[in-house]
Amino acid sequence: MLKEIGISNAEELFVDIPQRLRYTKRLNLPHPTSEYETRRQIENLLSKNRTSKELISFLGAGCWPHYVPAVCDEINSRSEFLTAYAGDPYTDLGRYQALFEFQSMMGELVAMDVVSYPWYDWGTVAADAVRMASTITGRRHILVPRTISPDRLSIMRNYCDGHIAITLVEENRDTGQLDLADLRSKISTKTAAIYVENPSYLGFIESGCEEISKIAHDQGALFIAGVEPLSLGILTPPGEYGADIVCGEAQPLGMHTCYGGALMGFLACRDDERVVSAVPHRLITLTSTEKGEWGFSYVLPKRTMFAARDKAKSITGTATALWAITAAVYMSLLGPSGIQELARTIMEKSSYAMNRLSEIDRVKVPLFNAPHFEEFTVNLDSAYKPIQEINYTLLKAGIIGGKDISKEFPEMGNSSLLCVTEIHTKNDIDTLATALEEAIR
Amino acid sequence: MIEQPDYHAVRWKEPIIFQLSRKGRRGCSPPKTEQEIRNAVGNCASRIPENMLRKSLPGLPELSEPEVVRHYLRLSQQTYGVDSGIHIHGTCTMKYSPRVNEAVARSPKITDIHPLQDSETVQGVLAIMYQLQRWLSELAGMAEFSLQPRGGAHAVFGNARIIREYHRMNGELDQRNEIITTVLSHPCNGGAPAMSGFKVVTLYPDEETGYPEIEALKTAATKHTAGLMITDPYDTGVFDSNIEEYIKIVHEAGGLVAIDQANANSILGRLRIGDVGADLCHFNLHKSFSAPHGSTGPGSAAMGAKRELAKFLPVPIVTYDGEKYHLEYDRPHTIGKVGEFYGVIQNIVRAYSWIMSMGAEGLLEASEVAVINNNYLIKKLLEVRGVSLPWQKAHPLRLQEARFSLEKMKDETGIGVDDVNRRIIDYGLQDMETSHEPWIIPEPFTPEPPETTSREDLDRFAQVLHAISREAYTNPDIIKTAPHNAAISKIDQTPSSDPTKWAMTWRAHLRKRESEDDGDS
Repeated sequence: MLKEIGISNAEELFVDIPQRLRYTKRLNLPHPTSEYETRRQIENLLSKNRTSKELISFLGAGCWPHYVPAVCDEINSRSEFLTAYAGDPYTDLGRYQALFEFQSMMGELVAMDVVSYPWYDWGTVAADAVRMASTITGRRHILVPRTISPDRLSIMRNYCDGHIAITLVEENRDTGQLDLADLRSKISTKTAAIYVENPSYLGFIESGCEEISKIAHDQGALFIAGVEPLSLGILTPPGEYGADIVCGEAQPLGMHTCYGGALMGFLACRDDERVVSAVPHRLITLTSTEKGEWGFSYVLPKRTMFAARDKAKSITGTATALWAITAAVYMSLLGPSGIQELARTIMEKSSYAMNRLSEIDRVKVPLFNAPHFEEFTVNLDSAYKPIQEINYTLLKAGIIGGKDISKEFPEMGNSSLLCVTEIHTKNDIDTLATALEEAIR
Repeated sequence: MIEQPDYHAVRWKEPIIFQLSRKGRRGCSPPKTEQEIRNAVGNCASRIPENMLRKSLPGLPELSEPEVVRHYLRLSQQTYGVDSGIHIHGTCTMKYSPRVNEAVARSPKITDIHPLQDSETVQGVLAIMYQLQRWLSELAGMAEFSLQPRGGAHAVFGNARIIREYHRMNGELDQRNEIITTVLSHPCNGGAPAMSGFKVVTLYPDEETGYPEIEALKTAATKHTAGLMITDPYDTGVFDSNIEEYIKIVHEAGGLVAIDQANANSILGRLRIGDVGADLCHFNLHKSFSAPHGSTGPGSAAMGAKRELAKFLPVPIVTYDGEKYHLEYDRPHTIGKVGEFYGVIQNIVRAYSWIMSMGAEGLLEASEVAVINNNYLIKKLLEVRGVSLPWQKAHPLRLQEARFSLEKMKDETGIGVDDVNRRIIDYGLQDMETSHEPWIIPEPFTPEPPETTSREDLDRFAQVLHAISREAYTNPDIIKTAPHNAAISKIDQTPSSDPTKWAMTWRAHLRKRESEDDGDS
């Protein structure tokens, strides 16, 4: 091949890189290993991880444990989906169709007509949503609940720096519900949007959405809802309580917890040209072909960073399509009654857990007097032991306790956030209750 | 010589999944609530306020498990991955992903751990993350890496944020509100700084060299300059050898330099951008480090910083105290979080596994083979009638890829790159990357054959372009009406820009079709 190129030494190919810039030492990296050695060494390291199959885990807080049907992993392991990238619909017809089906099924869940290409995670799509609202309204101020996930708020601050001011709205300390009086005092005709989370980061259901939506719209602001999709098997979809933009985390739809690696943000909006034009990500539309087959294409392709570069004032690119395909598989397996059943099961089990734990002396569960979906707060102020210490005791008993939120929300005291889903059995929950009782004795 | 296509794609005419729905079918049964729990908690739904209780079931399709499997299996068969055939889409480094990486990344020891577990219980994955941070630092000549970004553009955005925080710390943010980039850099080098609130100054390449003149940068670099954000090597396969000079100029003007290393596959172990003087950089684990592209993601990117700027990196960073690995959050200057948790862990494991398999020697060899492949392909493609290589005189040899032009073919036959791209798939190849916009090279195409491409595949790719070129000059209609052997025929693009016709969901499609039907009657 070198002869064909017309050179005698491969080094000549690097002629454009000036000699003085070249790295001539040996990299301080290991020597090559065989497949067997690689696998053995990595599996050796990984054996130190203790999984939710070995311990009973009650962690959620943005990444939730759910049962993943075997078909989900079967389809996302298909080599064609795994190794495809950016071909046209002619070569990648199946990829486009599966993604269109993802958009469509998400649209059914949230009751919105437009769903975009999937993105990184809830935090980044929530940040995209508030930036969209700013673009659409020409305003540079947004309102978010004080109970927002602190990580998502940090991402939003990064996305908004230099453009948009963020103001926190207080919640009712008894119910967790957004304080509408505080909202009314902070909203104005300068407000681009009010963003709420439902269920909230702290697990309670926000029931004032219709009213919040009205307050936003009265000021010409948009209403953005961040949602967990499985809850929509039982909760009113945001499209029916006035949301203009919907976002959320789709990891529960067929992805494992993966140490937080398998997240996927989704973004939906009204089918309004002005709103659609502000979506920073790809959008696939259904179309047809010369011979009447289904076809697919990208909507307003000049709108995104790929063509508009700095004029887009947003980023897009390699997204999370493999998870969107997986979510399409998951939603089609469950169907309408399956998702409703699942949402009910989750609520029943988490209600049982709240009841069971509140029977324990010196344990307050939950902090908020409101219905909850799959997560709830556990306050241990009266236990006189920090959450960290209690969790350590639980771990010794084979249980991973909830997320310690005492630093994120100091005024909520010595509290943690627990998650109970369909994968937890009565026995798991009873085991937790017994161990917790023991730990704070 | 290839005379005509001898290929036909799988053609299932697969319905949209909603058309396959039959009332009452179910593909899976989620775990149930035990009767004792039901008895204890009663009807939970009754505790939800009426206005928050979903009134009608979501309109999801109803299918059995075998129907779901068949449907998505067929869709996968109609998708062309790296494993399917010749897929050398440029700027994307479509290298083969070794399956051992897949096996370890999908281990239950990865899939079944939660990001908030006590670090004591996840020492294995933390060790991998820590080591990868170290290896990438070694490869880039940087002090520290964060693995948090979930794609290349995400990392470039993170770097733009760091540049901002650096100037804010120095009290110069108001004054330094401009980022300089080049038009041949990936568009995210314009989009990300603009998103961060910077004004973006874009430099264009010199006609002879293919990169901006030093004088142009000198003019652009002022007291308003916050930094330079460019891709090097470029997507044209040209290494901008002015880079050292650019860095000097921008540093003297008081700005920082972030170099996008998306095309690092050609320089691994040969050039470390940190040694050249860059302050910040990023690698794409789904390109250079063999993680699969996943039908457009999840990708994964890692952002690197030199010593003085490492304090700004997103939190947490994985640290090692000699005994245990930790997630370190206590970094007062951090920009905070750009994404949730710690990044795309499976791709971090894949990249770790790949670097370990290859070793230092293997990485150098991979780069070399990729660059040989590319220059061999250049040689073959320049023999095709109608193909030219802009800046060929200055840069006859290229690194990881080359951006060709079909301008001559278009002028002589009316056949341009979009037509060729619809025809190339009739021959059983994946279509070609054209170019990011703007197309400063007319009728561009950008093949990038990584080290895992065989010589036979390169020869076939060239032969197919020869065959299409012959068609262009003798029978252009066959190209204009292409594709003929794909899963579908030519697509109607009008819904792309027509709000009355576009349908991003099946429900929107049904609604618009209904109103169309009403209009007809």
